[in-house]
Amino acid sequence: MNQGVQVVGLYVRDQDEALAFYVDKLGFRVHTDVRNGDYRWLTVQHPDQPSFQLGLFTPGPPVLDAQTAQTLRAIVAKGAMPPLVLNVDDCRAACERMRARGVEFTQEPVDRYGNVDAGFRDPSGNGWKMIESRRAA
Amino acid sequence: MTRPSEPDSSQDPELLRRLLRAKDRMDAASHEDWPVRRLARVSAVSEAHFARSFKQAFGVPPHRYLLTRRIERAMALLRDTGLPITEIAFQTGWQSLGSFGRTFRDITGENPGAIRARASALAPELGRVPACIVSAAHRPGLTTAVSEKRRREAGGINGSDTKEQA
Repeated sequence: MNQGVQVVGLYVRDQDEALAFYVDKLGFRVHTDVRNGDYRWLTVQHPDQPSFQLGLFTPGPPVLDAQTAQTLRAIVAKGAMPPLVLNVDDCRAACERMRARGVEFTQEPVDRYGNVDAGFRDPSGNGWKMIESRRAA
Repeated sequence: MTRPSEPDSSQDPELLRRLLRAKDRMDAASHEDWPVRRLARVSAVSEAHFARSFKQAFGVPPHRYLLTRRIERAMALLRDTGLPITEIAFQTGWQSLGSFGRTFRDITGENPGAIRARASALAPELGRVPACIVSAAHRPGLTTAVSEKRRREAGGINGSDTKEQA
């Protein structure tokens, strides 16, 4: 497929920390990690989803002024960014595996409407829902 | 000094992240007791600092936030289960049916039974949306004090009205 969404970015407080979280704890892979001065374009990818990249960006110069960056860091830390959803085959097993690696869960796995879902946050405060769907996704 | 009711982007993001952890803990177990001392410990700040910072960050004092979550859970149980209302009151953290019903009416403007009847008519559509998002969308807007709402005594006050008045 040549058309479609390729990158969606998250704001994170620290790119090294975010990289370690998404790669070591969640099992994503680094797709692109390039720097230009202070700017760092960093994207990761789910191993089953080669056409999609998750960008891990810090708000700041040269793209944003200091005040805007500070506001965004506060918004992320308050958990006010939009929800993210991760599909998994086995929510309970994934939860156990991730918890063993130190992932901060905000909601234990719950059966609902035939699905199982749990909630976790990345170190910056971005909230994820992890869903095991009965229907094939 | 910044007034606590104003959003303040100068709050330290590291502090906000720890306050979020306390909010998450209330979300995960809103039926439990959450005295400020316990919440302050989760956030690793002093009790006085916690209450002030939480309100500054999230717009409502921690106890009022907890009440909204309890009512939200009660509404979910009314929607999704056939549990007796007494049992729902107990499960969501109230000590008595009386205080549950009073708080429920104060916040939603309706009786638990009325919410159940209306919500059950909508239930089939909600199955397609993740539960957390359904909960957030139905979260009652508790931006006024419960006592203040009681004083106002207007009929048919509900969550969305409250939000607009804030």
